[in-house]
Amino acid sequence: MAAPATEMTKSNVLVGTITRPPRSLWKDAWWQFRRHRLAMIALGTLLLLVAFTLIGPLLYHTPIDTIDFTQALKGPSAAHPFGTDDLGRDILARAMFGGRVSIAVGITAVLLAITLGTSIGALAGFFGRLDNPLMRFTDLFLSLPILPLLLVIIYLFRDSLRAAFGPELGIFLMIVGVIGVLTWMPVARLVRASFLSLKQKEFVEAARSIGARDRRIIVKHILPNVLSPVLVAATIGVGGAILTESTLSFLGLGFPPDVPTWGRILFDARNYLDIAPHWAIFPGLCIFLTVLSINFIGDGLTDALNPRKTS
Amino acid sequence: MGRYIARRLLIAIPTIIVISFVVYAILALAPTDPLSQFGADPRVPPEVRARIREALGLNDPWPIRYVKWVSALARGDFGTSFMSHSSVMDLIGQRLPNTLAVVGVAYVIGVILAVPIGMISAVRRYSFFDHFATTFAFVGFSVPTFFTGLLLIIVFSINLRWFPFIYDSTLQIHDVNSFIDQVKQSIMPITVLALFDTATIARYTRAEMLEHLPLDYVRTARSKGLREQVVVLRHVLRNSLIPVVTLVALGVPAVFGGAIVTEQIFRVPGIGELLVRSIGDGDTPVVAAILLIFAVLVVLFNLIADVLYAVLDPRIKYT
Repeated sequence: MAAPATEMTKSNVLVGTITRPPRSLWKDAWWQFRRHRLAMIALGTLLLLVAFTLIGPLLYHTPIDTIDFTQALKGPSAAHPFGTDDLGRDILARAMFGGRVSIAVGITAVLLAITLGTSIGALAGFFGRLDNPLMRFTDLFLSLPILPLLLVIIYLFRDSLRAAFGPELGIFLMIVGVIGVLTWMPVARLVRASFLSLKQKEFVEAARSIGARDRRIIVKHILPNVLSPVLVAATIGVGGAILTESTLSFLGLGFPPDVPTWGRILFDARNYLDIAPHWAIFPGLCIFLTVLSINFIGDGLTDALNPRKTS
Repeated sequence: MGRYIARRLLIAIPTIIVISFVVYAILALAPTDPLSQFGADPRVPPEVRARIREALGLNDPWPIRYVKWVSALARGDFGTSFMSHSSVMDLIGQRLPNTLAVVGVAYVIGVILAVPIGMISAVRRYSFFDHFATTFAFVGFSVPTFFTGLLLIIVFSINLRWFPFIYDSTLQIHDVNSFIDQVKQSIMPITVLALFDTATIARYTRAEMLEHLPLDYVRTARSKGLREQVVVLRHVLRNSLIPVVTLVALGVPAVFGGAIVTEQIFRVPGIGELLVRSIGDGDTPVVAAILLIFAVLVVLFNLIADVLYAVLDPRIKYT
């Protein structure tokens, strides 16, 4: 097998490049993505951070809620690598646990936003009758003041949700739900625009002429072509949702004090900046690094999935 | 043009009415009682509480309260705060200057810095400056404003003791010294907000410039023998700025939203701080008024952005 291949490359380099094994869209995108150096570094950093929150607690056994006033507000040491808070609780353990919550909120909220946005955008773009009402609806949501509204809704409804689903799950569902419901609009616009242009294409006509129903055309023929911009939007959306959750927690309107998320730890730390700056710096760095990595990955994906840029 | 603006206004008005309804409905349907603050106080007897409810008009069904609220709004009356018993208009009026002094100045600084940064980045693409500016932009909009704020406080207030970390709104500017004090206490909140604004706008300006630089009209301008400076400033920049201007207009409401966090960190007694406090106090009239103001800002600046776009880009037919 090897002999003909070398012979071919020797005789004609051009043929050699043409007969390279075919690559799928995703393999091609990965090949392109790997050339984006910063995005690769970011991907590594993000994987490390995820490992830090998921595997970290398995290796580092200090509990997140052991109160020890003799150790309160101590700086980083061998026993407590990130130091301790005002109750002497270990900040490294709390940051690991908090990361799980923050990242879970980010991913779940974005899944909700993407599902809503893609469905509404696809319906509006595909069915001309629905376009105007659905887009007016989208515009209306875009006119809502998101952060203030988030604060109000969470403050007003958290007690009833806490009663219904328990303190942790209740707040989790509420924050995820509210972020998802208030951030699907850009995705809907993006999907609608792609649907509008794609539904005029020949392959849709071909599918229709062999008897495919609307549902099949939407799901099997048009939707896969919209996936790459949605994927980019989703990636950047996770960063945005993590920021929003941290902001809510930082304003004291997120998770209850016994559930440490990164934003919540910062909220608790802000009155002790003069004596315990480490308390704010470590969780703050976690948020910053996570969001920065996600944004760089989003940038790399934009380049990798944009067919015009592939050379 | 006049007809275009009129038509856009006609869409904006029902939008605001619907939003005001949504805002009011959320507040009215919330399971939390606006009188829970009084309710927590055992010294208030039930009959007094009932009389307070009656006096505040809380016994009407909420759609009726909504209609009353909107008709009062139409006369310019935002109602009275439950907590301080002063008019909501006065409360907001007292705080608006503080918000504008921080948020407004930060946004202006952001725009002034961002456009040249984005432009130079695009013209000298892949240069050291470009790499530096692009990285800076990424950092700028990835770092949460509350973290930048806390870091600035740790470095400049606590370690270096250069600036105060609590904003004093009672400060009157009457001589050079008090002016310097005002500058000193404003520097950190403004820096936090301006960093974020500069990053977003610079990135956008760079992308727009890069779209325009390889276009035919740029080649034509160069082949006419125009100097590079003229090509970039008069031809490319002017065209690239059209969408940037729109973005700047669209960003204004978000900037007010971002001020909520910054005001909280530096304890600037502005609108955002009033909102967070009123939410905590269950002061429904104030919360409703501020939410409505934010919503009007969003709709208004969407309108301004669309009109600006139509004015600046003659290719857009406004019908």
